Amino acid sequence: MWEVSARSHEMSERPNVLNAAAIVKRFGSFAAVTGVDFQVGAHEAVGIVGPNGAGKTTLLNVLAGTYLASAGTVHFEGSDISHLDAASRCRLGIARTHQVPRPFANMTVFENVFVASSMGGGHSRERAYEGCIASLQLCGMLDVANRQAETLGLLDRKRLELARALATDPKVLLLDEIGGGLTDAEAAELVAIIKQLRARNIAIVWIEHILHVLLQVAERLVCMDAGRVIAEGVPEVALAHPAVIEAYLGSGVT
Amino acid sequence: MMFFDQILQGIFLGAYYALIACGLSFLFGVMRIINLAHGSIAVLSAFLVLSLAEHFGISPFFALLLAVPVMAAAGFVLQRTILERSLRSGPLTPLLSTFGLAVVLDNSMFQSFGANTRSLAPNIGDLSFAGWSGPGGIEVGQLAVLTLVVAVALLSGLQALLTYTPLGRAIRACAEDPETAELVGIDARHVYAAATAIALVTVAIAGTFLAMRSTFDPYTGPTQLIFAFEAIVIGGTGSLWGTLIGGIVLGVAQNLGSQVSPQGFLIGGHLAFLLVLAARFAFAGRDWRGWFGVRSRAVA
Repeated sequence: MWEVSARSHEMSERPNVLNAAAIVKRFGSFAAVTGVDFQVGAHEAVGIVGPNGAGKTTLLNVLAGTYLASAGTVHFEGSDISHLDAASRCRLGIARTHQVPRPFANMTVFENVFVASSMGGGHSRERAYEGCIASLQLCGMLDVANRQAETLGLLDRKRLELARALATDPKVLLLDEIGGGLTDAEAAELVAIIKQLRARNIAIVWIEHILHVLLQVAERLVCMDAGRVIAEGVPEVALAHPAVIEAYLGSGVT
Repeated sequence: MMFFDQILQGIFLGAYYALIACGLSFLFGVMRIINLAHGSIAVLSAFLVLSLAEHFGISPFFALLLAVPVMAAAGFVLQRTILERSLRSGPLTPLLSTFGLAVVLDNSMFQSFGANTRSLAPNIGDLSFAGWSGPGGIEVGQLAVLTLVVAVALLSGLQALLTYTPLGRAIRACAEDPETAELVGIDARHVYAAATAIALVTVAIAGTFLAMRSTFDPYTGPTQLIFAFEAIVIGGTGSLWGTLIGGIVLGVAQNLGSQVSPQGFLIGGHLAFLLVLAARFAFAGRDWRGWFGVRSRAVA
């Protein structure tokens, strides 16, 4: 069903799958994101870090189409999707998970994933069923497939978020603090799943506060503060940037 | 035996209430909208079926078939023009706008059709009074039985639609969390418009049965709305099978009330409604889903 890419993993040879330029998002007079350029290469794993209120989730919402940008453009695989709503973007191949899982509580786990597979993936009944089973299997949820989603614990809810997003056949997966609230052992399980998604050539954009979890997957880090990107690059370099250290720890005492 | 007969007739009456209530319940379950124009739309579809039947000289059932696509289209337009806009400005605005719609509809129908009382009973021949005699002088009307059959079929159909079809799953997903539904590729606008169209098709069926089993005039709508509303509250909001049970409880209470006193019909119904409401407040905080052993599907 999926093939491991034979493409080079050199960053320079990858075309950008998602390209956001000069994104501004204002809520009334408050600008949550102020002029952010953000690219995701095909099959790339990008981590977004930054203090609370930096605009990370807002940026993710603008990419997913939950919010339309106040200014700036979003291109997906070369075409302008700035004015498309979330449902259309999902059908094109952009999926998103929530920081606090939002399952359809009165539906079973299977139905949650199946509705995503048939509507988001645009599959016929049989294909949707196969895609749904594959997603559940990958996320280790086959044994709870017939449970009502509201009966799940936090780890399973997070897994369900992943499985549901995955079932829409995304080319880019936007993860919002999927490791938050989990123990290290639980987070490790999610990392193992996300690594498998990487092997299936799904590009990942991942907001995460727990750095040691994020760094197991991210090839590139984007650091945000106060609505703008303050540093980006290979994780070691980005994290060593003075602006990042200042945003997290404050400036040194003179 | 008289007592038993009243309960039996109450059940058949309740089937009609379930018929009229299911569209209201469905719309509330999907969009959290209480459509105060519901009764008026039922009367509007009754006039539509009556006009079609008289104009073309056809059976009301055939006229209903013609009215169904019209009402479905009207549902689509209702969602796009009124409900969607008013939902954006909070939960109270749909109440106001549908109340306004009810006033406009009632008075427009009064303008167009006059104050005369109408009925489809003359158009269905024997069916309006034919029945079967049972032991102990119990009479069961054919139309009453047909109403019950149609009510059960309609509720089963809605339940099956919600459970087994892609549209139904999309409707349930939107009912729970429209924003997340968008994120898995569901176009909530489209789903809401489809749901409103379905609701108005059920209203068309209910309106036809209203016109066949009794008389109606342009101002009959609000009364029907109250009965539908009481049936839903008794049976549990957003639960389709609860609506059938609620309708039956209401119908039986009304019939038993009419045995106590000539004015008891309405009082009996209202009393049952208030008792259930009081019980719900008294036991507030308990999990009312599964109250009747059925899980509500449309409830968010």
